[in-house]
Amino acid sequence: MKLKSLLLGAVCLGAAGYAQAETLTIATVNNGDMIRMQKLADDFTAKNPGIDLEWVTMEENVLRQKVTTDIATKGGQYDIMTIGTYEVPIWAKQNWLVPLENLGSDYDVDDLLPAIRGGLSIDGKLYAAPFYGESSMVMYRKDLMAKAGLEMPDAPSWDFIADAARKMTDKENEVYGICLRGKAGWGENMAFLTAMSNSFGARWFDENWQPQFDQPEWKDTLGFYVDLMKEAGPPGASSNGFNENLALFQSGKCGMWIDATVAASFVTNPKESQVADKVGFALAPDNSLGKRGNWLWAWSLAIPAGSQKQEAAEKFIAWATGKGYLDLVASKEGWANVPPGTRTSLYENPEYQKAAPFAAMTLQSINAADPTKPSVKPVPYVGVQFVAIPEFQGIGTAVGQQFSAALAGQVSVDQALANAQQLTTREMTKGGYIK
Amino acid sequence: MARAISPRRKAFFTLIGWTIGLAIFFPILWTFLTSFKTEGEAIASPPSLLFFDWTTENYSEVQSRSDYFKHAMNSVVISFGSTILGLLIAIPSAWAMAFSPTKRTKDILMWMLSTKMLPPVGVLVPIYLIFRDWNLLDTRLGLTIVMTLINLPIIVWMLYTYFKEIPGDILEAARMDGASLAKEIVYVLAPMAVPGIASTMLLNIILAWNEAFWTLNLSAAKAAPLTAFIASYSSPEGLFWAKLSAASTLAIAPILVLGWFSQRQLVRGLTFGAVK
Repeated sequence: MKLKSLLLGAVCLGAAGYAQAETLTIATVNNGDMIRMQKLADDFTAKNPGIDLEWVTMEENVLRQKVTTDIATKGGQYDIMTIGTYEVPIWAKQNWLVPLENLGSDYDVDDLLPAIRGGLSIDGKLYAAPFYGESSMVMYRKDLMAKAGLEMPDAPSWDFIADAARKMTDKENEVYGICLRGKAGWGENMAFLTAMSNSFGARWFDENWQPQFDQPEWKDTLGFYVDLMKEAGPPGASSNGFNENLALFQSGKCGMWIDATVAASFVTNPKESQVADKVGFALAPDNSLGKRGNWLWAWSLAIPAGSQKQEAAEKFIAWATGKGYLDLVASKEGWANVPPGTRTSLYENPEYQKAAPFAAMTLQSINAADPTKPSVKPVPYVGVQFVAIPEFQGIGTAVGQQFSAALAGQVSVDQALANAQQLTTREMTKGGYIK
Repeated sequence: MARAISPRRKAFFTLIGWTIGLAIFFPILWTFLTSFKTEGEAIASPPSLLFFDWTTENYSEVQSRSDYFKHAMNSVVISFGSTILGLLIAIPSAWAMAFSPTKRTKDILMWMLSTKMLPPVGVLVPIYLIFRDWNLLDTRLGLTIVMTLINLPIIVWMLYTYFKEIPGDILEAARMDGASLAKEIVYVLAPMAVPGIASTMLLNIILAWNEAFWTLNLSAAKAAPLTAFIASYSSPEGLFWAKLSAASTLAIAPILVLGWFSQRQLVRGLTFGAVK
């Protein structure tokens, strides 16, 4: 009897009841703009009294694992998910997402930047609404550039970047000309290298899904990258990701850094950065082949098909990604803090242009990237710095490990490319893309 | 008589003891110190140990962004609930295996342990589907059950080895003196088993408190414990070390205090009794 009641007690301890209102559960990443949205969400609940919001904030990779499990099993734990341009086309094709067709009359879908909108639509239907968009660009130290006797053009070439990096390097004083991502991962070094390879005319697959790592364009890309980093990069670069490079750049150890446009607000923040007043920006480099080496990413809000509260969820998405939200942020925190990269009207706003000196650069970078035509030659996939197929996370990370090993000097560039070709061919055959 | 230890030898062992102790404690100390730095100082190289502008702004930021007490309460319910539930199952089974073993006891023990050899992600989808169908996703009950099942093999093994060390002769002596089965359990076995049960309990609470795979994947907003609280402060793009350290310090504090307080009793319990 005693045992029974103890057991019951232990079970009851875990089963606490909750009152159920119309509550939207929103899964989101831990990025500055998202956290700001969470803080400003009172505006939404005040306008929609029947709806409560519950937030699940996660680091990107943890979030990806959680929401993928939930959506694949139709678990229905989340009503709104924050997902990237990689997931949207794959998930939409699986019918895991609800098309957003009732965003309201004042939403103005045509105001969304065409490159971003294209990446989030399948057959003309929008499956996720962009919350903020980002690209990549060159951030450089104006003082070191002047010391090297050079002037950064608005749209530099790779040759100029390599030349400048070598001239800015002063290893004795721990100043390295260029800091680039080297840590293995499909969203780490492969995001950078895939975007870079586009400007070298390389592509992941030809029109028949044959891997292209045995082509000269990839050899040019990887060879250029490894040589440059060996001569002008920081030591141990093969374990550097965004945050490591950010720390190096902020403490004055990098001459140039090519990475996400979101970094601009960090490196120019005098509270965090020792070089805040010495930073300049330029477009990602090109090789005069018509494509620049920048990527395109948009954190977007989507509704999983398993959600029971789709109407309320769509209301929230219309609020968070509509024009009104931009005005709300501007009125509370200033124009410089408005989530960038989603709407044409924002870039036409003179107040925004004044508050964000890198606005024009961001817009140009985003417009220069076309997810449906990422490289010089035609490709069968969507995605600038990734290939939007489910297999890519695995393949991208495995290839990233090869390239990271080449940077660390453990294998040669040729060997890394041969390994990449072999493993990609194997996985694509397994996936049924090639015979 | 105790063996005489020369002062030099004693000093040597004390030094080694302190070195190992400090080395083990250093990461926690560093997390604690970092939680009082600004984000800029947290990544500065070379880092400063004590001489920086101490600030509690990370704690207030963490407090304003997420509900610490809700997460902490979930952690308490899940780890204590699963420990109680686990002990209720493990004590009788370990008892039976230790005192009336059969031919197959060793095999059963081995089989139980083998369930720990599969990487958990291998059964994530099946368990997720079961949880979905039974409405256990994002509930404290569901997480308590999973934590119980995950740690059960370890509890059974630990208790089994403790019980095994209790000599049958003592039980026999009690029986010779005319003790009934109930008295034998209450007055003879229980006092000898308590230290073992107590340390198993503490270990299990710590394991359940720290478990991050299942608690992260099977919870969303309502039942999320402190592991989810910590995970929400890491970010691939942006500086987060100081805030993450503040969140970590808050998350490990309760279990650290618990360990501190029970340490004396635990050591005393482990070295006390008829056979130790």
